[in-house]
Amino acid sequence: MSTLAPVAGVTAQKRGRLTRFVTGPLPRYVLRRLSQAILVMLLVVIGSFILVKSAPGDLVDVIGGNSDMTAETMELLRQQYGLDQPSYIQLFHYMIKLATFDLGYSPLNAAPVLDVILGRLPVTAILVVVSVTISMSIGTVLGVISARNVGKPVDLGLSILMLMFYATPSFVIAIAFILFFSVFWNLLPIAGFATVGTRATGLMYAWDVAKHLVMPVGALCTFYIAIYGRIGRAAMLEVLKLDYVRTARAKGISERRVIYVHALRNAMLPLVTMAGLQVSSLVGGAVLIETIFGLPGMGRTAFDAVSERDANLLLGVLFISSLSVVVVNFIIDMIYMVLDPRVELA
Amino acid sequence: MKNTKHFLHRRTFLAGLAAGVALPSVLGISGGKAFAQAATPVAGGTVTTVGWPGPTYLNAAITTAGPESFLSPKFFDGLCGYDFGMIPKPALAVSWETSEDGLKTTFKLRDGVKWHDGQPFTAKDVAFTFMQVIKVHHGRGRSLFADLQTVETPDDLTAVFVFGRPAPAMMKALDGRESPILPAHIYEGTNILENPANTKPIGTGAYKLTSYERGANVVMEKNPEYWDTGKPYLDQLIIQYVQDPATRSAMFESGQCDIVYLNFLPPLDILRLAKEPGFEMDQRGYETSASSQQMDFNLEREHFKDKRVRQAIAHALDLNWINENIWHGFGKPGASPLHHEQKEFYTTEGVPSYPFDFKKAEALLDEAGYPRGANGVRFEMMIDPTPYGDESLTVGEYMREQLRQIGITAKLRSEDYAVFIKRCWTERDFDVCIYTAAMGADPTIGVQRFYWSKNIKKGVAFSNGSTYSNPEVDALLEASQIELDPVKRKEQFVKFQQLVMADLPTLPICETTRATIAHKKVKDYTVDALGGALGNMANCWVEA
Repeated sequence: MSTLAPVAGVTAQKRGRLTRFVTGPLPRYVLRRLSQAILVMLLVVIGSFILVKSAPGDLVDVIGGNSDMTAETMELLRQQYGLDQPSYIQLFHYMIKLATFDLGYSPLNAAPVLDVILGRLPVTAILVVVSVTISMSIGTVLGVISARNVGKPVDLGLSILMLMFYATPSFVIAIAFILFFSVFWNLLPIAGFATVGTRATGLMYAWDVAKHLVMPVGALCTFYIAIYGRIGRAAMLEVLKLDYVRTARAKGISERRVIYVHALRNAMLPLVTMAGLQVSSLVGGAVLIETIFGLPGMGRTAFDAVSERDANLLLGVLFISSLSVVVVNFIIDMIYMVLDPRVELA
Repeated sequence: MKNTKHFLHRRTFLAGLAAGVALPSVLGISGGKAFAQAATPVAGGTVTTVGWPGPTYLNAAITTAGPESFLSPKFFDGLCGYDFGMIPKPALAVSWETSEDGLKTTFKLRDGVKWHDGQPFTAKDVAFTFMQVIKVHHGRGRSLFADLQTVETPDDLTAVFVFGRPAPAMMKALDGRESPILPAHIYEGTNILENPANTKPIGTGAYKLTSYERGANVVMEKNPEYWDTGKPYLDQLIIQYVQDPATRSAMFESGQCDIVYLNFLPPLDILRLAKEPGFEMDQRGYETSASSQQMDFNLEREHFKDKRVRQAIAHALDLNWINENIWHGFGKPGASPLHHEQKEFYTTEGVPSYPFDFKKAEALLDEAGYPRGANGVRFEMMIDPTPYGDESLTVGEYMREQLRQIGITAKLRSEDYAVFIKRCWTERDFDVCIYTAAMGADPTIGVQRFYWSKNIKKGVAFSNGSTYSNPEVDALLEASQIELDPVKRKEQFVKFQQLVMADLPTLPICETTRATIAHKKVKDYTVDALGGALGNMANCWVEA
């Protein structure tokens, strides 16, 4: 487990972890991960292109159905968007453009795909970052509390709470939130990312956004709080049994320090893995919450792109989200290394 | 549900009464303006509304889709507006005159109108819009203005429309939603569909664009230079796009949104909220957006070639029940290929009807040669409802149960929108399909397409999908396209309604009606035939 790559040798251990990031096997590692990532993204793009093209009906059918178009206009549109060509040629054209980082044009948004995505990425990014941070910290703390009080009423109470969080679908929580916080008490805005037409800047704007995010983030968090709580509790119980914890206690280190510094660091590993999964699933998967709270994020965009057969937009979203998944996985691997020096780059 | 219906009618009646009290003659010279005088409007304030889905473009000259239809009239004016009863009133044109033979219409244009970028509006813009944009890119305009040969511009304030054949329906299609006038200086010589101005509108309208967040919201601000001096009253008009109807209801109820047009709230919520003191419901202002739910029979399928089978299915459905329970009273049971809002031409007199009657239905099926088999089944069929909103699907489910009782085993197929469109109008692989479609301000604009044999067009959604072809009907439709005498034109449409309802290639299910629901502080949101949803909302104001 603890062997390092031969190039780094013993000296690397002396130089410490941080140095390892810059010298040693890291550049090669990054290069290898990058080539894997490109392969993954290529497969995602080609796979989804085939999927969206094999579904009956095309973009022009949808546009035509929405707007009483004549056959001539539809033919004109098909030519303009290149939909009159065979699928493999369309794919070929798309790949050529993609190689120059041109994601194409989204006819249903009357804008370049990149513009559409850049307009929606911030919403998703904030939603993901805030809910991962909040659910992970709350979940971890609750897990630790449970583990420290294992078998006691506190543990039992928390377990029941976790079970409820785990079992209640996020959209039910979202609707309950709206009913109480907005319809009954009129405390929070329901839809959107910020007050529409607001002229607030700086802190006032941040406060405005925060108010808009309370409910969607809350609804996205509950399930994951339960997951982090349960995983955190189990990991903590396991780690607390280990010899080094007993040693630390024997040395007379304060219980707080033993728990939060010595034990928690090791118990964090499964939690970090979970965080990686959460980020990846939220990037494209918050469709329900985005729908309920009128937040046009990446999930909704992908969903609409599928139903409207907007291949360019769908591929663009998938390209960007697979890119972000690859990046997140890379970061998670780095965090493993920080948390546990025994983890090596492989 | 009975109560609901009565309630609805009473509301409608009361709304009419209120208008009657406010002004002696609603159909006076300018009903809209007089109505606004009921209370003195206050300038200022913001009104927020919700809708779904978001637009592709911010003008409706190149599409007839719903979101654009709402936005376009705020940014753009048409040549005319329409008072209740579809009576044209001046907008960008101050007066108009049609020659005896109906081939020439001369519009005198308003002087001193400026585009949002400060450029003057002239006849050149009108000519450009109709010849280069509406005639080429507008779904309905393309056929409506097919015979428009040229638009002459003898001077900057005169536009003469020259037609090859008369087009009487045109006078109902000149508003800022149906034919918005675009700025020639921005669009001329560009790729019209991809012109950046499609999402950064420069119009002559009451509102200017402040900001547009794709798929999320559009913020509009008062155009201080608007030609209708003093208007609009509102400083700001906001539309937020929210997909979940329950969320929209919550926004409206909690005051985060002031007014909701076009039944964007669930019907039961509209009815519930309309009873509460702070809100009011208004069903006026949807004359140009009348739409009906109907069902096409695929006449290429053996069973449906026999009109007795089609009539039998009609007899098996209780359209009153559908109207009350599925549309929650927001409609009238379908009785004609036209919509009752098309008052000038609509009739049920002498038009065959198919009252709910299982026995009759069974007798017709026996007669047509489809007796019940050993297992009690006459034949099997598939129902394709539009996967858009709940009503088509629910009607499909209801129909399946009704058909079972007369010995037809029906299955329901649920697919996504693109597949549905492709199946019914391109591949023509369906038995019956249920959808709700716009009937247009005039039958030539909206109804003809379903029954004219020249509009049997593969690949064109909501064309003549049943493949109905009746020379007599074709002749009537073609004659009505160019008939200038309103009396003769009405006779043609009456005959048309009688013939089509006898043949029944398409079964009208529900002539739907719309409702606006608003917080009472919002005033004058519906002042003419276009209402706020399809009009410019220049008269709308908020109580301080």
